[in-house]
Amino acid sequence: MIDVNRQDSRLSAHGSQVSIEVLRPGLLTTVQDRGRFGYQKFGVPVSGAVDEIALRVANMLVGNPQGAAALEATVLGPQLRFLTDTVVALTGAVVEADLDGKPVPWYESFRVRPRQVLHIRKCPRGLRAYLAIAGGIDVPVLLGSRSTCLIASFGGFRGRALAAGDVLAVGPPSAPLPELTGREAPSPWRPRHESRVTVRVILGPQDDAFAEEGIRTFLESGYRVTPNSDRMGYRLDGPVIRHQGSPDIISDWIPLGGVQVPGDGKPIILLADRQTTGGYTKIATVIRPDLSLVAQLRPGDTLAFQAVSVVEAQAIACKIEADLLALPDHLVTAESWTYAAELGEVPGGISLALQGDLPQATPTVMESPGRATVRCPMPAVVVRVLIDAGDMVAVGQPLFLLQAMKMEFEVAAPRAGCLVEVNVREGDAVGADDVMASLDTTA
Amino acid sequence: MVPRYVPAGERGLVVEFENAVSIEINDQVRALAIGLEAAHIPGLIEVVPTYRSLAVEYDPTAMSFEEAERRVREVAATLDPAALPPPKRVEIPTVYGGAYGPDLPFVAQHAGLGEAEVIRLHSGTVYHVYMIGFSAGFAYLGGLPERLHTPRLPSPRIKVPKGSVAIGGSQTGAYPAETPGGWRIIGRTYLNLFDPAKEIPTPMQPGDTVQFVPITEDEYLAASREGRAGSRELRAENREPRDD
Repeated sequence: MIDVNRQDSRLSAHGSQVSIEVLRPGLLTTVQDRGRFGYQKFGVPVSGAVDEIALRVANMLVGNPQGAAALEATVLGPQLRFLTDTVVALTGAVVEADLDGKPVPWYESFRVRPRQVLHIRKCPRGLRAYLAIAGGIDVPVLLGSRSTCLIASFGGFRGRALAAGDVLAVGPPSAPLPELTGREAPSPWRPRHESRVTVRVILGPQDDAFAEEGIRTFLESGYRVTPNSDRMGYRLDGPVIRHQGSPDIISDWIPLGGVQVPGDGKPIILLADRQTTGGYTKIATVIRPDLSLVAQLRPGDTLAFQAVSVVEAQAIACKIEADLLALPDHLVTAESWTYAAELGEVPGGISLALQGDLPQATPTVMESPGRATVRCPMPAVVVRVLIDAGDMVAVGQPLFLLQAMKMEFEVAAPRAGCLVEVNVREGDAVGADDVMASLDTTA
Repeated sequence: MVPRYVPAGERGLVVEFENAVSIEINDQVRALAIGLEAAHIPGLIEVVPTYRSLAVEYDPTAMSFEEAERRVREVAATLDPAALPPPKRVEIPTVYGGAYGPDLPFVAQHAGLGEAEVIRLHSGTVYHVYMIGFSAGFAYLGGLPERLHTPRLPSPRIKVPKGSVAIGGSQTGAYPAETPGGWRIIGRTYLNLFDPAKEIPTPMQPGDTVQFVPITEDEYLAASREGRAGSRELRAENREPRDD
């Protein structure tokens, strides 16, 4: 079997070349490669990047083997201080990210100098961003992979999501850094991240457990991503899919992209962290290339399913693999973003002070003079309201604790001021861009 | 019944044997899994044996579904279920009841038996490992005496301690890690049921037989203290089929 997660090991003579200090971890940032293959028979989840194509492209941009370990960030990314010289690339979700305050490119590799701080602030479109670093992240290989298995707490960085203060080691780059800098993926590789997508499926293996009408419902309806979705799977809401007979089977294998339909008739798409076996009927399997679309959907986005044959799906898979294989020859060298390369050594430590203590979630602000609103960044449930109407708040002060996709995050004040209105209560479900509070910034 | 070959996505092939839970059917699954692993077919990524079906993941750039099916059928045709390696016997030292098995009284009451009788029945049965699934290292065991079948908790516990031995409906098993769970907890083992640092990370494999061996709380505490949770020596001593 070929090792899809091949990555050169650490240079023993010089020790690890690069290390990265995690200043802020972001919402859910994990080390992932292409996944843990060969161990499902022991019940070990496959894990790996949910958007596998974005991971592979990111690695190619920085000259890594496609399956090298990289960081997967979710909605709100990490803030990282690089302790040595390297080249990195961001792919997947559209990111608002900067290096010492200067915006950085997307789907293009760029140079990072010692002590520079990369802040992946948020993903305005899409959900999961990938940060590949030349040489790949150097964590121990467990059961053939460097991926984090969150549910069984092993692999990746100490079996968990990154936390502030962690220091990551990086392996040796494949080429001198200037050669790896400014490599840009052609535009077809940059996803559009639409909030309504159609994904292709192969019906079965248990399509015969559904009434004909149930299959029709599945293929002809739109389904909405619920906030109760995560790396294990996306729970969808929409028209009920009718079974004929029992919704349960004798437990068997769950493929990546398998669409389970339990007794309530609402489909669940199983993703990277899925359990290896399950006892619900599976109406269809999303084809692997289209899982990159699923991986980037946010709660509230909708998707529709389109049936294809195995032969069609395999032709699509072969085309994507051929394109990925050819991609290194089609990387264009960008001239546009030379900031870091020109700047040379920069003094460290200034960026944080200049940036201020930015909130985890910077909500959308719509201002009229003296008035700011705090809007919800994504569909979520209000876990806690930390302030009252009439309170004076400082910029960056946490206002609300929200939960979406089983992750909790704070929404902080975008400006200092007086809270004139608080529109949500604990337990409320809020939609993207809903106004949660209003601030008088003249107060 | 002739096995059914069905696609699961563009890189999955599932061989479905008879739709029932039985050791004979499970042995056919296991025989095919062992045969395919030994055949080293290029483009075949991994096999996942379950109760009554075998999943085969393959690389669609290396072979079509028809070709994958043909290769699997070729191997299936050469199989002799009688030539399966003999199952190994795994013993799971278990401290029953008390703080380690808070649901033992309920199980006893439900069965209309004394607690000692429940322990005798549960530990006196040789179970068959049908498959490993649900979570890393979780073995689905068959053979729980009907008398001990017990409905699950009305709502699952948020945390079931690692090593808990439990009964859920007609099944019994041991939790390899602390997870939520709705089964009735009757005891606990110190055995480490999943170790990702080992190439074979679980002490139990499909086809193995399992027996729970009652131990005292003192034995449990001593073993935990001495770090005997590592399953290496146990696996080694259990690799030999025992004649008892």
